[in-house]
Amino acid sequence: MQLKMRRGELDSAFERKLHGRYHEMAPNVVPMDYTKDPDVKLPMQLIINMPELKENPFKERIVESFSEDGEGSLSFNDFVDMFSVLSEMAPRELKAIYAFKIYDFNTDNFICKADLEKTLNKLTREELTAEEITLVCEKVIEEADMDGDGKLGFADFENMISKAPDFLSTFHIRI
Amino acid sequence: MPKNEKPATSEGNDGSDVNNEEDSAAENQENGRGADKERKRAKPRTRRGHARGRARHGGEEDGDDEDGTRRAGQRRQRNRRGRGRAGGNEGSDSEGDPTKARKNQANQKSKEDDEQEEDEKGGKSGKGKNEKKQDKKADKKGKKEKANKKKKDKKKSGSGSDSDSEEEPITEEELAKLKEEVEEKKKLIATLRNKPWKMKKKLSVLKEAQLFVEKFEGALGKGKGKKFYAYKVMMTKKWMKFQRDFENFKTACIPWEMKIKEIESHFGSSVASYFIFLRWMYGINMILFGLTFGLVMVPEALMGKPYGSLPRKTVPRAEEATAMNFATLWDFSGFAQYSVLFYGYYNNQRTIGWLKFRMPLSYFLVGVGTIGYSFMIVIRTMARNANEEGGGDDTSFNFSWKMFTSWDYLIGNPETADNKFASITTSFKEAIVEEQESRKEENIHLTRFLRVLANFLALCTLAGSGYLIFFVVRRSQKFALEGLENYGWWERNEVNMVMSLLGMFCPTLFDVISSLENYHPRIALRWQLGRIFALFLGNLYTFIIALMDEINLKLEEEKIVKYNMTIWEASLYNGTIPENSTAPPIQVDPADVPRGPCWETMVGQEFVRLTVSDTMTTYITILIGDFLRAVFVRFFNYCWCWDLEYGFPSYSEFDISGNVLGLIFNQGMIWMGSFYAPCLPAINVFRLHTSMYLQCWAVMCCNVPQERVFKASRSNNFYMAMLLFILFLSTLPAVYTIVSIPPSFDCGPFSGKTRMFEVISETLEHDFPSWFGKVFGYASNPGLILPFILLMVLSIYYLNATSKSYKEANLELKKKLQSQAEENKRRNKQKAQKSNEQEENPFETEPPQSKQKGGKQDESAANQDNKKEQSGNEAKTTGQPQEASASSSQKPQHPGAALNGHYPPQGRGGNLLPPPIAVTRPPGPSGYAAPGYPPGHPRFPGVQPGMPRGPPHYR
Repeated sequence: MQLKMRRGELDSAFERKLHGRYHEMAPNVVPMDYTKDPDVKLPMQLIINMPELKENPFKERIVESFSEDGEGSLSFNDFVDMFSVLSEMAPRELKAIYAFKIYDFNTDNFICKADLEKTLNKLTREELTAEEITLVCEKVIEEADMDGDGKLGFADFENMISKAPDFLSTFHIRI
Repeated sequence: MPKNEKPATSEGNDGSDVNNEEDSAAENQENGRGADKERKRAKPRTRRGHARGRARHGGEEDGDDEDGTRRAGQRRQRNRRGRGRAGGNEGSDSEGDPTKARKNQANQKSKEDDEQEEDEKGGKSGKGKNEKKQDKKADKKGKKEKANKKKKDKKKSGSGSDSDSEEEPITEEELAKLKEEVEEKKKLIATLRNKPWKMKKKLSVLKEAQLFVEKFEGALGKGKGKKFYAYKVMMTKKWMKFQRDFENFKTACIPWEMKIKEIESHFGSSVASYFIFLRWMYGINMILFGLTFGLVMVPEALMGKPYGSLPRKTVPRAEEATAMNFATLWDFSGFAQYSVLFYGYYNNQRTIGWLKFRMPLSYFLVGVGTIGYSFMIVIRTMARNANEEGGGDDTSFNFSWKMFTSWDYLIGNPETADNKFASITTSFKEAIVEEQESRKEENIHLTRFLRVLANFLALCTLAGSGYLIFFVVRRSQKFALEGLENYGWWERNEVNMVMSLLGMFCPTLFDVISSLENYHPRIALRWQLGRIFALFLGNLYTFIIALMDEINLKLEEEKIVKYNMTIWEASLYNGTIPENSTAPPIQVDPADVPRGPCWETMVGQEFVRLTVSDTMTTYITILIGDFLRAVFVRFFNYCWCWDLEYGFPSYSEFDISGNVLGLIFNQGMIWMGSFYAPCLPAINVFRLHTSMYLQCWAVMCCNVPQERVFKASRSNNFYMAMLLFILFLSTLPAVYTIVSIPPSFDCGPFSGKTRMFEVISETLEHDFPSWFGKVFGYASNPGLILPFILLMVLSIYYLNATSKSYKEANLELKKKLQSQAEENKRRNKQKAQKSNEQEENPFETEPPQSKQKGGKQDESAANQDNKKEQSGNEAKTTGQPQEASASSSQKPQHPGAALNGHYPPQGRGGNLLPPPIAVTRPPGPSGYAAPGYPPGHPRFPGVQPGMPRGPPHYR
């Protein structure tokens, strides 16, 4: 993907594709012509229904962490941002930053136990017992918490994720 | 803070410049894209961990660029004149404020001061720091570029105004600097995507950088070979796509991969391991089938004498009536018996057809080769699995990785998503079981006692059933000697009945016993497998005993037949032309010729029947035990007085041990019987093929996952070991019969020989030059063979010893790593605590708005910074030199950055830094700052850690 967002040109193929998708979701709201850099935002409901996101258990969180207002509505810029971070070419560090945001449900900049529980419930469709959930969350904190504050800061998260063998291949959406 | 205004002004400048250089802008974009693509190409490689490849790649790139710039330099001289004017313009633009340049220099000096300050201050400046850290790179670069640019502009303008016509000599130094700037900007463009900024900011920074590059790259005359470059990039992209497709294709080519994955996601890896084992068996049998089919059955069918030409190739008169009965299909008598499917059909003609195909030799070699190949493949697989197991995986972040990286964001298909959810749940459950097992605190004495007791019970059961089998076999032999006609149905089928009863009840008994032991389910499965295996050995034993008895009987019968044969022949001749050897042989229909019992075919038939009936039993068990039960439970649950689904019958679980053992013993039958029935591998391939589908279906539709889904061991070596044992056991009787029982006189490829292996010496005699036979004779001399065997034993011993020592060293290293990681963790915790205490120190000035947490975080960030400064060289190897340098030459925060920096808004400045244990981090693919460079690339030659650094040298 090309980061050369010259409004009106939309020259890279990736961006054109993204614009197509963005336009497609709400043809009457999103203009075809982006020369004037219009201030258009699409609500979360539209975006999480994209087939790329539809099955993702974290779709709401993904959209929220990329939206500028934190409410989940995305401007085209945010939209491009989202798919560039989730693209194949984005580096691990960048992905890690946004992954952290996504898993940080209550946006307190720490992944605490509540966040972990939410993540786990979304991942397993709440099929684990409460006991198992506590066990897993405890284990995660025990493994990854480097500074001993009982929750995962970004440093902890980054350290953990940088060693994960398949983070790059799974945190990735092809569009 | 004057520095803040700088970017704005420079942007303005650039903006005005650019308009008249639109075309070169396009060029630059192209270049930017090129750089982008370059990164793209580097990325996937890093992901695969081909660090070396990447390094080489980076090196190449460097070389290319260097060439480019050199060329550029030359070209620049040429272009000088044409560009002069444009340069002049720019110059005049910047001449408007000559103070700026000076200011810039001053800035640079102050920057150094700032940096030192900052080192002392660490990250205590609180909230603003994060913005700084993110922005500083770009800002710093921008500023420095500006400074340089200004200088250059000034110079240019000066020279331009001084003498338009004169060739302005640009010094090498400047050129290098300019190049450096351009490269830096390009790098910024390339790595811009890595920055966690919002798009708007990225755009503005990008625009600025691009304009700069446009302007000066044009001046440098770079961009030659652009087309080639674009082509290269395109090809890279295509190649990547092709590779991806090829990977997909490869996965699609693995048979039943999707089925197995689906089962694995619902039933766990232990059940999947059975199916993987089944698939592996299928592969082996395919090869065995290929061997026997291609080298034995097809040549005989095509080139051998046709059916009916010889007595051995004809159905005897007595059986003709029933030869086409339907029963032929399952008991393999009649026409099936007298066909290429069985040993007896083959002729002992030394060569057949126009190819002079050595049929008996081929038959013998295929029989031996089948077993040899099986040994080889089983042992090789075991060795490979052992390797994998020895490597082990890093379990330090087991749960965290499961939590944060197990969802595949690529999934867009609801069905796949369902499977993924199931598989994640299963894998969590597996991990939880492991964890619970490791946590379990138990009364060691009680457990030990129970385990001993359980083993004792199991041994008793085994011994009892062994004796029972022995007793029954003895009795049945006695019955057989006395003639079975005198006994009833029970006596005749006693052995079979006892065997099936044992096979039915003992596994259940073992199951009950193993619940005493309280083992981890994986270990329990092994015990269960081992015990049932021992039980089934009795099965095998009875079968072989029975077979041997039968062979002996047939051999006796053969002697009588041979005797009768001479009488019959004599009578034949006597009846017509006595005592006349020259008379033409009498034509007798081959069906009428009396013949021996041909024990080989009998053995082959026996095995084939056994295989077929075994298959049938398995399928019927699946249909009744699983499917009908599931149907019953499912539909009668509506009108039943208790809950069928969770109560008594419930759904069945997949019986791993039984299925695995069934598979293994079946394979043993194949190995034993395939010498006498070349069709056996074909039948087995068919069986495995169908059972794969049937069992996959049955598992998915009628079984429920085990109560405690456990993780299978990474290698199937336990299965393999049992298979090897069975292979060994089944080789013994086969080899025994080949070596020490004379082949039948009137059937099979070895008829007329006293032993089957004589075919080898016969071939040596006839088909090889005489010297070869001599050499072979010498080579088979015990004087040579014994030393050779000794040598082999010695080398095996040596290799074994070395491998053991390697393993130990490996373990040691692993332990060391682990303890180091723990140590690091501990130290970090201490550090965090210490910094917490420091924070409470009243002398420390703390930004009032930063919360407790934020402050602490910053503290740790500061620590990280300091550490990095101390170990600048180390930082280089960790692959984040740019980061390090950026953080070291950082300036006090400026308010403009706060507006631009979007992430993270609260005081988490340290977050972008690598974790404090950067030293232990593997120098793997973590370098993001400059993806083209290998992690160990010395990019800061001669820069002292902690010293103020100039712009990083990238060449």
